[in-house]
Amino acid sequence: MKNIDGALHVRGEAEFVDDERRPVDLAFAAVCGSPVAHGRLKQIDVAEAEDMEGVLAVVLAADLPGDNEVGPIIQDEPLLASTLVRYIGHPVALVVADTATRAREAAAAIDLSIEELPPVVDPRRAFEAGEIIGSTRTFECGEPDGAWQSCAFVAEGRCDLGGQEHVYLETQRARATPLEHGRLHVSTSTQSPYAAQKHIAKVLGVPNNHIEVDVRRLGGGFGGKEDQATHWACFAAVGAWASGRPVEIVLRRDEDFRHTGKRHPYSADFKLGADEEGRIVVFEALHYQNAGATADLSPGVLERTLYHATGSYRVPNARLFAASCRTNIPPNTAFRGFGGPQGMFVIEAALARLSEVSGIPRATLQERNLLRPGDVFPYGQPVEDNRTRRAWHRAVQRFRLEERLAAAETFNAQHFAVKKGVAVMPVTFGISFTTTFLNQAGALVHVYTDGSVSVTTGGVEMGQGLTTNIALTVAKAFGIDPSRVRVETTNTTRVANMSPSAASSTTLLNGNAALEACRQIRERLLRVGAGLVETDLSTLDIKADRLLKDGLPTDIAWEDLVAAAYLKRIDLSAHGFFATPGIHFDKVQETGHPFAYHAGGTAIVEVTLDCLRGRYAIDAVRIVHDVGRPLSRTVDLGQVEGGLAQGLGWMTVEDLQYDDRGRLMSKNLASYKVPDAFFMSDTLEVEFLDDADEVLGPFGSKAVGEPPLMYGIGVFFALREAMRAFAPEARLPFHAPLTPERVLMGIHARVAAELSA
Amino acid sequence: MNEPLQFILNDRQLSVEVPPGLLVLDLLREHLRQVGTKEGCREGDCGACVVLVGELSGDGVRYRAVTSCLMPAGELAGKHLITIEGLRAPVLSSLQEAIVEEGASQCGFCTPGIVLSLTGALLERSEPMDAAAVKTALGGHLCRCTGYRSLKAVRHALEDSPVGVPALVGSGELPGWMLTIPQRLRALGPDTTTNGAASPGRAIAGGTDLYVQQGDALAEDASVQVLGNRADLRGIVDKEDSLWIGPSTTFEQLAESDAIRRLVPEIRAYMDDIASVQIRNRATVGGNLVNASPIGDVTILLLAFDTHLALTAPDGAERTVPLRRFYRGYKDIDLGPGELVTGITVRKPPSGAVVSWEKVSKRRSLDIASVNSALLIHSSGDTIESATLTFGGVAPVPFLAAQTSSWMAGKPLNAETVREAGEYVQREIAPISDIRGSASYKRLLARQLLWAHITTLFPDQVQLEALYEEH
Repeated sequence: MKNIDGALHVRGEAEFVDDERRPVDLAFAAVCGSPVAHGRLKQIDVAEAEDMEGVLAVVLAADLPGDNEVGPIIQDEPLLASTLVRYIGHPVALVVADTATRAREAAAAIDLSIEELPPVVDPRRAFEAGEIIGSTRTFECGEPDGAWQSCAFVAEGRCDLGGQEHVYLETQRARATPLEHGRLHVSTSTQSPYAAQKHIAKVLGVPNNHIEVDVRRLGGGFGGKEDQATHWACFAAVGAWASGRPVEIVLRRDEDFRHTGKRHPYSADFKLGADEEGRIVVFEALHYQNAGATADLSPGVLERTLYHATGSYRVPNARLFAASCRTNIPPNTAFRGFGGPQGMFVIEAALARLSEVSGIPRATLQERNLLRPGDVFPYGQPVEDNRTRRAWHRAVQRFRLEERLAAAETFNAQHFAVKKGVAVMPVTFGISFTTTFLNQAGALVHVYTDGSVSVTTGGVEMGQGLTTNIALTVAKAFGIDPSRVRVETTNTTRVANMSPSAASSTTLLNGNAALEACRQIRERLLRVGAGLVETDLSTLDIKADRLLKDGLPTDIAWEDLVAAAYLKRIDLSAHGFFATPGIHFDKVQETGHPFAYHAGGTAIVEVTLDCLRGRYAIDAVRIVHDVGRPLSRTVDLGQVEGGLAQGLGWMTVEDLQYDDRGRLMSKNLASYKVPDAFFMSDTLEVEFLDDADEVLGPFGSKAVGEPPLMYGIGVFFALREAMRAFAPEARLPFHAPLTPERVLMGIHARVAAELSA
Repeated sequence: MNEPLQFILNDRQLSVEVPPGLLVLDLLREHLRQVGTKEGCREGDCGACVVLVGELSGDGVRYRAVTSCLMPAGELAGKHLITIEGLRAPVLSSLQEAIVEEGASQCGFCTPGIVLSLTGALLERSEPMDAAAVKTALGGHLCRCTGYRSLKAVRHALEDSPVGVPALVGSGELPGWMLTIPQRLRALGPDTTTNGAASPGRAIAGGTDLYVQQGDALAEDASVQVLGNRADLRGIVDKEDSLWIGPSTTFEQLAESDAIRRLVPEIRAYMDDIASVQIRNRATVGGNLVNASPIGDVTILLLAFDTHLALTAPDGAERTVPLRRFYRGYKDIDLGPGELVTGITVRKPPSGAVVSWEKVSKRRSLDIASVNSALLIHSSGDTIESATLTFGGVAPVPFLAAQTSSWMAGKPLNAETVREAGEYVQREIAPISDIRGSASYKRLLARQLLWAHITTLFPDQVQLEALYEEH
């Protein structure tokens, strides 16, 4: 089945927050943010702003009726700064006015007196200065200290990884409308309706039940609206509280760039030891995470870096250290992969270096060290299936890796300044929120007397296809056509306390919750059916909108069954709940079983590099990916290809830069480039691993959102191969993104220095 | 008070009173509350706001896909505007159906703009839609959900769609009212007004950079001059020893011109590296020159030629300035208050001269150059008769490497000369480090692009292997 909202999309009828009809008294909000990256707020002069025509309210921290605190894990983040400003764009004041333009003008007219303090932008410097968020973490297994002397090869190095702007096409936005009893209705673009609800309630000093948060769809989220949409929902709500009017806030692209956090940049050191055959003996890594100014979700992101620090490989002895470092840039946050990509990159870099010091081809080293059933991750969870190896071998065979490597070698021998590179990238990604309690979900299902069905879950549609997956799940559970199922907006009055739509787990959790609700209703309906056809419950089923007895259609259609149940006063509504079984983690011992399962596959990436200009093209990406038994092949394929595109962008052209004063240099889409139709290869081949049903997933389906992003890491190493073909002696750093500049400078380092001398 | 602006929006004729510099995007979303058109960046980089603008051309109407976030409403006068609201027939068109079937919409935010660009491609083509045409149409769009493969795949459904508005209406691809538009536009009459102000203020040509730099100010200013409606500023005239280019000529019109192709044979290929088609339909030659960006792509090309600008003052006084003397400093140009560029004359080089243009940017398409460069070179036998080498991104102004150019004249056309020129040019360039690249990268690029010019133009005389020999 295709995207259930596809027809709305192509007709431009799919509604986003600010497309909703405007009430006549709608007002608009804007924030005044800090112009400096670090400083003490001495004075805030709002007189000029307040006097401007059309300005309805100016709100400072002290005006908030409740707690000025929106930190999701650690309580270190005020909604409005009142003493310290800690990054450029750090909100200090909120303005409400009768037009958006006026609100922006008034926000700009607020005069901030700030005593500047020295900013820190580099995570290693922050670490040295003791600016560490939460506690540092170390995963250890085997005997990392004693293993080095048995190594035939040791590869050491450093990695520097850039951040990544989410570039959800729909920027952050929210609209809050005052209701009776001092309640608020908030329509917003968030992955976390419950987080928005509870933080609005907290900031306004009211119980959670005063705040109704409703989410129809997001124009993309990718993690950027997991926690950081909360702030903008709070601002709309505070604006409505302050002005007594419905208030909308919509960020412009440059504002979104300035105010919101991104994927964490990391810096890392690694040391990898291997035996004669290149089998990994021991691995050590130190990960310095650039968290930005406040904790946000950084501790969780840091944890996942460690979970994925050994990638898809067996590492018998390891010491993996990670620190979340506080700097003066916007708080970095969730982004598809959630720290996993940064962890995986480092082990891949270590293997690339090992290949260079040992002379064993990189792909051979990767294959030799791939996880097998029975291997244990450094955090104690065993590898239970053989899918990492199955996907690798299937990809290598199906896509003829050996031929491609040989063809590249031949091509490179024949071409002087154009070189090809091929790299393989295996991905093994843990599925579940690593914060165990978040792995829960609720759903509410109503069956109306005409047989139509309404379902609400705690999950949010953000383009990942949740609506389609839920409709298919419910239709399949009931044995009816999906056209009977309407998936409702996500609303805190219908499903309470929902976890964010994140961690690739939204269909797993919410689909199972919906299944449970359907199970209850179906059972009641079958009881009614048993009475109608006078038979035993166990002989009945519902398929293709009809009651079946012993597998054969009866004359009772779905809607007849429903109507009969109604007349018998049977409840046609149910709430379902799901909590992932069997997961746990001990943060003191740093061991446990944090994941329901792992998901991933293998990609082969091919590039062509123009060594004269430093320009390159991605020729092809071919993937074998494990999606279990997909609910919708179209939806899952979209997730694989879209995740890949973001991963390729992160590794190549998405060049997020802050200067040493904390100013974002890549501040808009003119200076921050993401993959477009020309950048992306026309050759994307994706095969789903067969015979791969996932026991926990609804109808055998499997989590798919995040893992494909990490296939993008392959492009870095494919380019590195091409660069080495042109300049074998060059010392190439592991510095991503590998922009055309880094490529050209990498293979012309000496001449570049001479020309600049 | 603003002069009424009359145009046709989908099937409705409208008369609205808004400032001429108001963005078409804001006219649609804020004033008319036609919210199918989305705002994604407000700087022409994402395509979420793409609409089709049609104007009379011969018997029919020529439609161009443009980003409505860079287009002044004043330029709609007498034109036809198609938005997604106009493409809501009871049955999906085969294009819309294909997007659904291929799973090419995920969150749906970028989709309306993409439907408009692909519809524009269907409207404008004279041959079946091929993969390249679809990719060109998608070029100005960012989709952050898909990997574009599903979007590119819609071409399979478009390959057999008919050509021309009547046939497209007949097959259900376009609504029936499309057939009435030419007649209704003729009845509306061509609008030649620039705006309603007694003393015209800031002029807007394509607006592709001006709106990015000062959009809010232009939108509220009732005195802005919208140049797009002035017929006298458009067109390309092939004269005996020169070409006259109207300053409002768009990049796309430049690429479509046979006369330009004779002057710059690879102009079409260069355009793919310059901007998306949606931007090329807005960006003008005159705007590129006057904007004075040190990395203007067309500027760097024209600077390699003997190019003169005709300037007209508000009182009608005219003067001519060589392009090479037009740039005095960063964004400082020889243009008086109220003076407009009213003509661009490019002298044809001697026969046998050849031109090459190069650009390197972070992303190859729709990105601003780290360094761009052009070389106009005339050689006879193995000797360089004359050379004009220009660079963007290495100085505060679009830069003519005059010393290197004259040094090259009379030198043998061989690897040694090219290598030395690559070093020689370092003396006269002064790049700075910025978001487009470090100073040392730009220095390296200056050499590399010179090498690229020569090895592209003279593959038999100079090979890269020879240039790299010492290294």
